Amino acid sequence: MKNKFSSFIIIILLSFCFVIFYKSLNNTNIYIPKIKAKKNIPIFEAKDFNSSTYLNSESIFKEDTFYIVNIWASWCVPCRTEHPLLMRLSKNQSVKLIGLNYKDNLNNAKKFIREFGDPYSQIIIDNDGTLSVEFGAYGVPETFLIDKNKKIIRKFIGPINNKIVEEIRSIVK
Amino acid sequence: MKILKILIILFLSIGFSHLKSDEKNNELKSKILKNIRCLICQGQSVYDSESEFASTIKLIVDRKINEGLQEDQIYKFLREKYGQWVIYDPQLNKKTYILWLLPLLLFLFGGVIMIKKLKFKN
Repeated sequence: MKNKFSSFIIIILLSFCFVIFYKSLNNTNIYIPKIKAKKNIPIFEAKDFNSSTYLNSESIFKEDTFYIVNIWASWCVPCRTEHPLLMRLSKNQSVKLIGLNYKDNLNNAKKFIREFGDPYSQIIIDNDGTLSVEFGAYGVPETFLIDKNKKIIRKFIGPINNKIVEEIRSIVK
Repeated sequence: MKILKILIILFLSIGFSHLKSDEKNNELKSKILKNIRCLICQGQSVYDSESEFASTIKLIVDRKINEGLQEDQIYKFLREKYGQWVIYDPQLNKKTYILWLLPLLLFLFGGVIMIKKLKFKN
């Protein structure tokens, strides 16, 4: 009876370990954070891309408008892939696009904008990447959707695609 | 002459105290960086990684230490930005209690089995 009980416990433990390892093996190694609670946008001061003057977050983000913050760089290949989609999104009147130029050479970044078009209503410079950390980003490209109460409601890691564009459109309409 | 001596002693003591605080800050920085997970790397801490993400986090931690923030405050800042996962040493809360308590329960369970077996042998 005791032997049977021990075997039963061992089988249960092994099954438990198996399920945990099996589920973990199927998970991706890349951590994708889930945004459950709405987070406030960070308070910051950053250099304007075109005028080189300093702007603060209060002057960039106004209430009653949806914003998309897109982190991009001229050296980032996936940013080129998503750029036509950002151009398409920029035609939507219900949302304003803010570009965050990440660890980039200013001349190369300006060339990029001239070549592929400017979907942004404002571009701010993040030379050392610290502003991106304030947003909770960990790479480039990354896109954040900010609601009318200045709260981050969506975070898209990597280049955006048609599905994401549709999701954004359905939220901001 | 006496004034000169006093000035030299003062100058040296200020210099040494600066060196000491720099050393302390570096130790704290290393300790914190070793406890932060590089989110875009495969099983590396920010301390070990040379990725863009890690270099930015190193800069942030350095800045926060110079601003006078304590270790816990820096972890709190990073947790707010990236969630619990970014810290290697997770806090005990409702999401992590299994992680903390399961080894203890298994240890107790093993202990009970061992004691029972030893009693049975005796």
